[in-house]
Amino acid sequence: MTRISPARIALYVISALVLIYLILPVLIIAPISFSSARFLTFPPPSFSLRWYQQYFANPAWMQATRVTLTVALFTVVIATPCGVAAAYAISQSKLRIMRVIHMALLLPLVVPIIITAVGIFFVYAKVGLVATLPGLVLANVMLGLPYVVISVLAGMQSFDPAQEMVARSLGMNRLRSFFAVTLPQIKSSVVAGGIFAFISAMDETIVALFISGGQYQPLTKRMFTALRDEIDPTIAAISTLMTAASFMLVLAASARQKRSG
Amino acid sequence: MLALVSPALLVILLLIVLPVGWLAWQSIYHDGFTLENYRRVFTEDIYWRSFALTFEISVAVTIIALLLGYPVAYLANSVPKGWSILILSLVVLPFWTSVLVRAYAWLALLQRTGVINQLLRYLDVISEPLALVHNTFGTVVATVHILLPFMVLPLYATMQKIPGDLMQAGASLGASPSLTFVRVFLPLSLPGVLAGCTMVFVLCLGFYITPELLGGGRTVMVSMLVSRNVELYNQFGAASAVAVALLLSVLVIFFAVSRFISLDRILGQK
Repeated sequence: MTRISPARIALYVISALVLIYLILPVLIIAPISFSSARFLTFPPPSFSLRWYQQYFANPAWMQATRVTLTVALFTVVIATPCGVAAAYAISQSKLRIMRVIHMALLLPLVVPIIITAVGIFFVYAKVGLVATLPGLVLANVMLGLPYVVISVLAGMQSFDPAQEMVARSLGMNRLRSFFAVTLPQIKSSVVAGGIFAFISAMDETIVALFISGGQYQPLTKRMFTALRDEIDPTIAAISTLMTAASFMLVLAASARQKRSG
Repeated sequence: MLALVSPALLVILLLIVLPVGWLAWQSIYHDGFTLENYRRVFTEDIYWRSFALTFEISVAVTIIALLLGYPVAYLANSVPKGWSILILSLVVLPFWTSVLVRAYAWLALLQRTGVINQLLRYLDVISEPLALVHNTFGTVVATVHILLPFMVLPLYATMQKIPGDLMQAGASLGASPSLTFVRVFLPLSLPGVLAGCTMVFVLCLGFYITPELLGGGRTVMVSMLVSRNVELYNQFGAASAVAVALLLSVLVIFFAVSRFISLDRILGQK
């Protein structure tokens, strides 16, 4: 048996501490959400579902939940086909301009989100899209596009375009050959991209802070306002549900990606 | 092929290029061209202090993230595959929790009656609760937490490409493990360090939610300056000028770094 050097031990200890720091906040929320206490005490005095009841009984939270789910769903439905079409074109075309377009589609990841948010707010104010559902959906489509494009481009890398050529040489047109040959092979990356776009829309906060209002406020905006005013354990309940939803979606996405190898 | 990209491109043009262009225009045009907004940004104290604070916090966050992230990436790279998958899963786990949820968690952990203070008092380490949140400290703790995955992932990706036999070669030539690390491994991992630091620094420059919720109103970062100018004071011109200055800082950093490593490498890790 080899002796483990002190440096190695230090490495283990430091890494373990960093990993605890990373996951502690994620783990702390669920116990708080099931606590009966009004104020944060740890460990929780007794088990209770009152914060979940308060969430489900509150019409404002329910309305916000409906807005979030509606926006996220529309975002996926619009962003996924747009992103797939764009990624397909970028990977197949030899045009030089495609490089520029590729970079342009990644802009939402580069521009600080606060700048995007304020800019969209100014534009929406001019055209009357502030505090509307379509306005919220459009903004989230833009923010979700890079995830679809990145995911599908990665999927296209392992796809051999010659197969599509074969289908076309056998008489299929380009569209049919795409749906019959290409799409089934990149399906996993398409689904993964769509899921990431959904999660991005579900979690988006900053743009919503500026452009949403009235009855079309998503969960995150209400949570943000609530957190600024007072700490209410109802938020822990909502956070737990949101985190659970995110994790299930990520697991679904990564299972998909793994199957595609 | 151009027809296929046009819907996506249209969305990008209308919803990010046009809005940012609008900001830039608004920052220099108000009943005629004016540089008044920029004069204010560069001369008034509150703007200067906010920019300075934002850069200080970003530098601190980047250094801390590097110091915490490097050992984790190194460990993940040096253990058998099953373990490294576990470590990396723990690293990206918080990635998929909403930033808001994590801000809430840090409030719960760090506030005066929070978990950490209760624990420290129970252990008799302190008699009075420590002010851990609603200040710069709380902001930095939560910001590092959110940005750490952006540091670990590029570091790990770079370390993966360093051939293991190089270390053995160093050892066979008589170098101690620490010497091979410093002379061989560390220099080869520098592209990952650069990619990770760039991403963390740039993202930190534009951070909004954590300083707003955990900064206690005293840690006014540039993003908060932008939002306050819009929401509280209706100072659209000033807000635009601050936003443009922030965006230019980000672009200059990306441009400078892209001379050393490709941008794909920085962004592709997402």
